[in-house]
Amino acid sequence: MTQMTFARAINAGLRKSLENDSKVVLLGEDIGTLGGVFRVTDGLQKDFGKHRVVDTPLAESAIVGTAVGLAYRGYRPVVEIQFDGFIYPAFDQIVSQVAKLHYRTRGTVKMPITIRVPFGGGIGSPEHHSESPEAYFTHTSGLRVVTVANPQDAYTVIQQAIACDDPVLYFEPKRRYHDKGEVDEAADPGSALPMDKARVLASGSDVTLVAYGPLVRTALDAATAAADEGISIEVIDLRSLAPVDYEPVVASVRKTGRLVVTHEAGQSGGLGAEVAASITERCFYHLEAAPVRVTGFDIPYPYSKLEMHHLPGLDRILDGVDRALGRPNSLSGLEG
Amino acid sequence: MSTDQTGQGGAQAPGSSGKSAGPDHELLQLITPAGERISHPEFDVWVKDITDEQLCSLFEDMTVIRRIDVEATALQRQGELGLWPPLLGQEAAQIGSGRALRADDFVFSSYRENGVAYCRGVDLTDLLRVWRGNASGGWDPYSVNMATPQIIIGAQTLHATGYAMGIQNDGADSVAVTYFGDGATSEGDVNEAMVFAASFQVPVVFFCTNNHWAISEPVRLQSHIHLADRAAGFGIPSLRVDGNDVLAVMAATRVALDRARRGGGPTFIEAVSYRMGPHTTADDPTRYRDANELEDWAAKDPITRVEALLDRKGLLTEALQQQVADKADAVASELRRGCTTMPDPQPLDIFKHVYSTPNSWLERQQDHYARYLASFGDPAGAVSEEGAR
Repeated sequence: MTQMTFARAINAGLRKSLENDSKVVLLGEDIGTLGGVFRVTDGLQKDFGKHRVVDTPLAESAIVGTAVGLAYRGYRPVVEIQFDGFIYPAFDQIVSQVAKLHYRTRGTVKMPITIRVPFGGGIGSPEHHSESPEAYFTHTSGLRVVTVANPQDAYTVIQQAIACDDPVLYFEPKRRYHDKGEVDEAADPGSALPMDKARVLASGSDVTLVAYGPLVRTALDAATAAADEGISIEVIDLRSLAPVDYEPVVASVRKTGRLVVTHEAGQSGGLGAEVAASITERCFYHLEAAPVRVTGFDIPYPYSKLEMHHLPGLDRILDGVDRALGRPNSLSGLEG
Repeated sequence: MSTDQTGQGGAQAPGSSGKSAGPDHELLQLITPAGERISHPEFDVWVKDITDEQLCSLFEDMTVIRRIDVEATALQRQGELGLWPPLLGQEAAQIGSGRALRADDFVFSSYRENGVAYCRGVDLTDLLRVWRGNASGGWDPYSVNMATPQIIIGAQTLHATGYAMGIQNDGADSVAVTYFGDGATSEGDVNEAMVFAASFQVPVVFFCTNNHWAISEPVRLQSHIHLADRAAGFGIPSLRVDGNDVLAVMAATRVALDRARRGGGPTFIEAVSYRMGPHTTADDPTRYRDANELEDWAAKDPITRVEALLDRKGLLTEALQQQVADKADAVASELRRGCTTMPDPQPLDIFKHVYSTPNSWLERQQDHYARYLASFGDPAGAVSEEGAR
């Protein structure tokens, strides 16, 4: 086991994939000489060369579109979108090409493309640097969407994503890049928990709290705080957003009867809506209260001085937990 | 129908050396509309291997694909196809370039390059699958080294550029060739593709068929300069060629392929042609274009011109005409048979190949839909307009 930062863990996973498969190539802006604006690809071009770790011109559609061509040729491209808010120029290539080519070619052309996206807020940046666009992609058939919430998963799941024959959007919680954790670099990604499985991080009996990406740590903190008040929260790291692994969530809600889902992205049409609807369909007679969503607002990502009002924090999550439990909360007395 | 195995043997010819992309692009022409073979100091060498026999065969291919087009249009009118994008008038651009390619080159085209697909050896029935509504793509791209046609305008130019990056990484001497129209040159993807191709100097040919119309929009709405002249801004050499002249198109394509094979990077070809028919069978060009314009271009017809050349050379015998007509008839009849005997897809086929690995969301939806279908005696009843209940 090695102690390393989140960013370093992704770097180590990318290195492993580059070593293990000569068809793996990295494409992106500033990923070579600079090592990426977050240094996630630090040192990789030096060790693997300019044809494996490619600094590209500044054109996101072309970064993804040329990755499609490379995949046609048998490569396994890993592209970096520098910031979440920069992904939209590539939207057509992702949605109409990457996601659909396997279907369009009746399974003859595989698109083993991994699209790395640093996402989420909390770093004091201007507009376009703190967004959570995951729901655009979970709504697109043909894509797999995964998130990671700790260095070990970051290391393992990036390798699983690259090895996957389907296209994968790999969302990295950028405000956690400098968090440290133990990483077992000898761990075999093939025998680790598959990337499309959710994980129960803390067991509890009163409320099921579902989170992913940057809010997993916040959710765990919330569970610790709630325990002081005698509330037992079961925390689930969703990990995969498309498809969502509902089995552990269903099992948990059948036990607790209460569900809280939290994410930074805006509420309407988000993952919280999807999870709440699916769990209601599958666990209706086990639910003791309506599912609760604690999310960002349906606003453009706000200016940084106020971003902490937009991002669900520990107290807002606990307020949601109180609501699910029918305890006094900020909305007590309000209908609907 | 064949692909070029010989090329030009790497001979250094004038057309391959200069990266001339000046503002005064001459229109490269080797056969006049009247069928006169005119010599060209730079480009003759690129088609010097074209024998009389091969000229006859180019004539045959062009005639056959026109016949495919006519037959497919008829199939659409008869309700056998939902839609068809005719290539009428663009036969020389497609056959001249398509036959210049090697089997190991890879084509990324738009939806109108059915003639190129014919050159690549795409099965006739496969040409129709998409338009009959039986599949989203007609063939296995690797079986003919041609991607299934792209509908999003210009998106395929990036795929070709990426594929060419792969060729370069592999150290191979094949070439990625991408076909698109005049309208596509306004798309961001096409411009980004040229930026990437020039930056990395990868072996890709940008083959732009300027057929003058993007549905109802004339090419002058896309550009006030020759499309070929845009390439200079990207640092990409370009050629402007009479797209209705099969020999000129072949020469230009060979120049571009040769440059790419020798590590010289991308080339942009503007093949100046004309869309004689509608955008698709759902379009009505009389709403937006002048009949006189069509007449002018009919006088420059790509097949008539080769016919006239063959006649001048004393090659247009009755036997040849009969042989070509027989071939076209046979192909048309095979096309029709393939179309009308194509088995219908089954309802649950819609779930196939969305992913290459199991997906829990989709498996559940498929399972539920299968149960729903099974609840009807006849699955077709499940989706009838009037309902079965």
